[in-house]
Amino acid sequence: MQNSPLMAVRSLKKHFDAESKLFSKAKLFVHAVDEVSFDVEEGGSLGLVGESGCGKTTTGRVIVQLEKPTSGEILFKGRNISEFNKSEQMKYHREVQMVFQDPYESLNPRMTVFEIITEPLNINGIGTRRQKEERARSFLNQVGISPAETFLSRYPHELSGGQRQRVAIARALVLEPVFLVADEPTSMLDVSVRTGVMELMLKLQEEFKMSYLYITHDLAVARYMCHRIAVMYLGKIVEVGETEEILSNAQHPYTRALLSAVSVPDPRVRRTQPAIKGDISKPVNPLPECRFLQRCPVATDYCRQNPHPPLVEIDEGHLVSCYEATDEA
Amino acid sequence: MPVLSVKNLVMHYRTKKGYVRAVDGVSFDVGVGEVLGIVGESGCGKTSISMAILRLLPENAEFRGGQVLFDNGNETVDLVGLADSAMQKYRWKGISMIFQSAMNSLNPVYRVGDQILEAMKRHYSEISKEAARKRVEELFRLVGLDPKRMRQYPHQYSGGMKQRAVIAMALACDPRLVIADEPTTALDVIVQDRIMRELKRIQKDLDMSMIYISHDIAVIAEISDRVAIMYAGKLVELADTLTIFERPMHPYTNGLMNAFPSVVGQKRKLRTIQGEPPDLLKPPSGCRFAPRCSYADGRCKEADPEFRILEEGHYVACFHPVEKEGCLIKGVTESAE
Ligand SMILES: Nc1ncnc2c1ncn2[C@@H]1O[C@H](COP(=O)(O)OP(=O)(O)OP(=O)(O)O)[C@@H](O)[C@H]1O
Ligand SMILES: Nc1ncnc2c1ncn2[C@@H]1O[C@H](COP(=O)(O)OP(=O)(O)OP(=O)(O)O)[C@@H](O)[C@H]1O
Ligand code: SF4
Ligand SMILES: [Mg+2]
Ligand SMILES: [Mg+2]
Repeated sequence: MQNSPLMAVRSLKKHFDAESKLFSKAKLFVHAVDEVSFDVEEGGSLGLVGESGCGKTTTGRVIVQLEKPTSGEILFKGRNISEFNKSEQMKYHREVQMVFQDPYESLNPRMTVFEIITEPLNINGIGTRRQKEERARSFLNQVGISPAETFLSRYPHELSGGQRQRVAIARALVLEPVFLVADEPTSMLDVSVRTGVMELMLKLQEEFKMSYLYITHDLAVARYMCHRIAVMYLGKIVEVGETEEILSNAQHPYTRALLSAVSVPDPRVRRTQPAIKGDISKPVNPLPECRFLQRCPVATDYCRQNPHPPLVEIDEGHLVSCYEATDEA
Repeated sequence: MPVLSVKNLVMHYRTKKGYVRAVDGVSFDVGVGEVLGIVGESGCGKTSISMAILRLLPENAEFRGGQVLFDNGNETVDLVGLADSAMQKYRWKGISMIFQSAMNSLNPVYRVGDQILEAMKRHYSEISKEAARKRVEELFRLVGLDPKRMRQYPHQYSGGMKQRAVIAMALACDPRLVIADEPTTALDVIVQDRIMRELKRIQKDLDMSMIYISHDIAVIAEISDRVAIMYAGKLVELADTLTIFERPMHPYTNGLMNAFPSVVGQKRKLRTIQGEPPDLLKPPSGCRFAPRCSYADGRCKEADPEFRILEEGHYVACFHPVEKEGCLIKGVTESAE
């Protein structure tokens, strides 16, 4: 097991019932995550970016076992997590944490900030009251909530959006997890505060070899936080590679569109309208062809006549799922 | 005649440790058909201003002064003095809000479409069921949601889908003024781009006014006509968008402009604004930015700089406004990559 990656996701599928005849009477499924595979090495970080609704959160929730996969497996330190016994399970839940996307939903409204942050320590029977308070205070300060003392006895509704988000981060980090699924953890933070939080996470990565699955729509954030980036579209990974390679040499038309739509802080510059057609996609019973076909600006007949393109390595560590990009079309 | 005129508004939260001075003497106007952007550090009071305007405040909030004058088309009312029942008739149609959290507007036990229909029926009692449905479908398409999703519950939506549903809801009654609190933070850039275009179009077509709160200065640059910069419960700078980006005068605004990371070109070191965010229970005396400001002198630490006009339409609260174009302030530090 020496060289197995820390976290390996293998052909993961998660389908939701499109329930109550929602999308007509036939059996219909939302293919939220469809045959997704990736590795995260110890001390590594993978950025997961992609369209709203493409399955990023679902992937994270399956990893932390809040959702059962429809099929596929997740290997942690080389072992299938569905085969863990009770005590291994507990250890896994201690070592793998998640920061949830919406801190308004994820923080218990009846607990104080102190209780929220130290609850994971209590569950695992770690530390005396004084040690816990010390720990909570130290993490709050590090995420820029200061003076920490004045926040410990507050309830979530007495915090701003960005403060809640940072409390959620502190809670996830307090056990010093080995692997963190961070779902848009800094989306509500201004650049200055965000930089502080990102630095804390990078520091933990360096000191404790913590690894991340970092879900974000902000490519600038991914650039600083992640060694590699995976781009998802409608339940599938369509491109993956080293961060700088993806940013400077993107091959998939969806990745290119994403990069072209990044806005810049200059009122004189108009965003270029991304070269991508049609409406926001629907993952309900998708067609067998390339998931991006309907919106693709460069699709050819080859794309229309063949199944969804496989992920092909076009350069070392750079994989793309597009016939055009791999010169097959 | 502005749609909204906030005058010297003071709103504090009572806590066991004292008053949190979240909104501490804030003044600004929003013109008809104008988009005012509000930018500021996390926790500086942006959401508090909007909740104070709409009077959606927790019970520990206290108004301690000021006015919120709203022009509803026929007359001007001070919302601060209104009884809750009277306030009700201005919400949704007069002023509607896109909340920072979808949780504040979506009820988990009702279908998303029904919730928007409900809100519409309350304000247009004469509208037919069919017409209301059509309207909601149209709104769904506008924000890039499949109208079939009207029948789903909030938990079946992804984070960004909920955010888009909340935008649709806020637009349902053609409000005169929309307060949008970080409306696109959960969206990928392509969907964001599309929604910004739609918002801008509706806003122009209907001459709707908007207060657009965001920490993302790129988005603010794109949508706002004027921009207000907030720091620790106060406005520190206000000007038209081009001026704010080309010639920011407040040292804090300068710091903000320089801290923006980029995805193009050379990977730069991240910059932050030195020092701790201020404690709103005991804000620093004098200028609240003084402990973090490299221009600060004795006077800054004692006296509170007035929010004054320095040139046509350009307000700054600072004793030592930055004069040079694109001036880097010393308080901005390089930090590890
Ligand atoms: N409990 C559920 N029941 C039915 N469908 C669901 C459920 N949870 C998620 N979905 C659907 O699965 C798809 C993927 O959702 P997911 O939350 O993973 O997206 P996401 O990539 O995180 O999007 P966002 O960036 O908007 O948060 C969406 O179409 C969503 O509507
Ligand atoms: N009910 C409350 N009781 C006490 N303090 C509160 C309450 N609500 C908010 N605060 C405090 O008031 C300050 C302003 O909060 P507000 O939500 O307005 O900030 P914000 O600018 O919207 O920040 P963010 O960008 O993080 O959402 C914060 O420091 C917050 O901790
Ligand atoms: S008033 Fe003084 S301390 Fe405040 S921003 Fe200006 S120079 Fe800095
Ligand atoms: Mg999500
Ligand atoms: Mg807020």
